[in-house]
Parts: sequence; C-alpha cells; structure tokens
Amino acid sequence: MNMISAIEQGYMKEMPAFNVGDTVRVFVKVVEGDKERLQPFEGVVIARRGSGTRETFMVRKVSFGVGVERIFLLYSPNVDRIETIKKGSVRKAKLYYLRGKKGKAAKIKEKEREAITNNQ
Amino acid sequence: MIGILGKKLGMTQIFTGDGKMIPVTVIEAGPCSVIQIKTLDKDGYEAVKVGFEEIRKEIKVNKPMAGVFKKSGVKPHRILKEFPMGDLKVGDIVTVERFNKGDNVSVIGISKGKGFQGVIKRHHFAGGPASHGSMFYRAPGSIGASSFPSRVWKNQGLPGHMGSERVTAKNLTIVEVKPDQNVLLIKGAVPGASGTYVEIRKKD
Repeated sequence: MNMISAIEQGYMKEMPAFNVGDTVRVFVKVVEGDKERLQPFEGVVIARRGSGTRETFMVRKVSFGVGVERIFLLYSPNVDRIETIKKGSVRKAKLYYLRGKKGKAAKIKEKEREAITNNQ
Repeated sequence: MIGILGKKLGMTQIFTGDGKMIPVTVIEAGPCSVIQIKTLDKDGYEAVKVGFEEIRKEIKVNKPMAGVFKKSGVKPHRILKEFPMGDLKVGDIVTVERFNKGDNVSVIGISKGKGFQGVIKRHHFAGGPASHGSMFYRAPGSIGASSFPSRVWKNQGLPGHMGSERVTAKNLTIVEVKPDQNVLLIKGAVPGASGTYVEIRKKD
C-alpha cells in the first residue's frame, strides 16, 4: 500500500481542516463556453468519507425550500477552495437526520470557544 | 510485441489537469531479466523468456531451476514467462520504459476465485420471481428437451466452480509510467486480487 499512498500524495493539496457539522462555502470551478468562473456552494457538511485522493464530503443546503446535497471530491482540481464559515458542534459522523428536519430542528449548535480561522 | 511481468498493487484514483478523475490500477512492473531466447531452429518457435522478482535466498530455488539460471548467468527469478519479443539477448533487462503514456495494452491475470457458484452468478441466468407464491428462486430450471436430443446440449450453463482462471483485459490505457519506481498506472480495473502477478502486453 505504500506505493499507492505515495502516488496519491502527488495529487493531494493542502486543504483547510473542517469537520462534519461545519458550515462551509465551496468554490467550484465552472466552465461556461471558454470562460471559467468560481461558483460558491454554501451549506452544512453532513458527511465525510474515504481517505487519500478518494476522500469526499457531502454538503447540504436548503435552496428555495428544496434540500440540495452535493458530493465533492476533496482533492479535485475543480474544488478551488473551501471556506469554513461556522464550526458546528455535533455528536454524529453522518448528519443524515437533517434530511427529515425543517426550520429550527435542522439547526446545528455552534461550537463555543474555538476561534474560527478562515484559511483560504 | 512488448511484454512485461508485474504485480498488481491495488487501485486508487488520480486527477487530470482539467479536473477529471481517473480510476487507476497501480502495477509494479519489471525489471524483468531475459533468461532464454527461443529460436525457430532450436525450439520451433521464437520467444523471449523473462523472469520477474529476484529470489534472494538460494534455498528457495530447486535444483532443476537452479540449473536453468546457472546456464543463463542470470540471478534466480520467481516468475518466468515467454513473450514473442524481438531484439533482445540473454541478460538484457526489460523495464517499464518500453511503455509510454497513452499506450493501449492487454493485462492478463488470474481472476479472483468465487468458489462453487450457481447459475445466476456464474452464467447470468435470470432466476425466478421472489414472491407472489413463487417457489422457483435461483434454480437452473430445465436444461433441455426430452426424447430429442435425449442428452444435454454442449455449453449448457450449470452450477460449478467460478473464478481463479486466466482472464485477459484488452485495450486498457496507460495513464502514467514511473520508470524510477517501476510502476505503471493503468486506467480501470485489471483481473485478479491485489498482490497477484499479471502480464502486460503491448502490440508493436
């Protein structure tokens, strides 16, 4: 497995640390015609899975009353940068229970004390 | 043809510059030493016998094989295979540098053993309905007619041993060649479990 992790190392870039429950803004590269722009996607991280270059995370937001979930490859070149907006305090690794909740019930408690560092 | 022996290390995924993700199999291929050249005059066909993975402990080589390696003057190797390659002599080394990015290759390996399997897994039979009073689930059903032909036709799919056989995956693309680590990255899956030996062949 050493050889595989060595190969993966070459495709991994420095990524800000964020956890499940955090509110993040993901800037995705979008190609329109021959122009490229960054499209932000803001929401709560409800799952992280995989390791190495295969690591992915799922972001959920409610857009015009409709729940939208997007899975990003953490080390994809299409993910330009990730900004952590809020640190959430959660007790589960997968927040799939948010899917059935609305309004106040879908709110995540913010982590106290810990200072929010925005590394981009 | 160019042939090389290798060991499947496992799978991962890498990214291209334009943001596409490619699933790749990592294969440690070569260096393979040429042990014997088979000629038309002497052996009736032309081939190059190469060996992969040096055996360090002398005790691991049995006497007949030790004689083969002594004759060629090459250190003992674990896996020997013949490829119809030209322009090589005994003692030469075949490395991954003979392969280039973008080449289409065939990878041959021994598939994972599945044990004794029924017709649904082994021959893709449809099986019966699961419910609504059905009592026919995964059985093969009828295997032929009665008085004619009074026997079972050839190639009738039946349960039996599945896997652990030689499988060739054709037309796989080489994504990357790493000559300093003797590693090939091949797009997609190749037959066999991780850690098993594979042959990689490229047409000229």
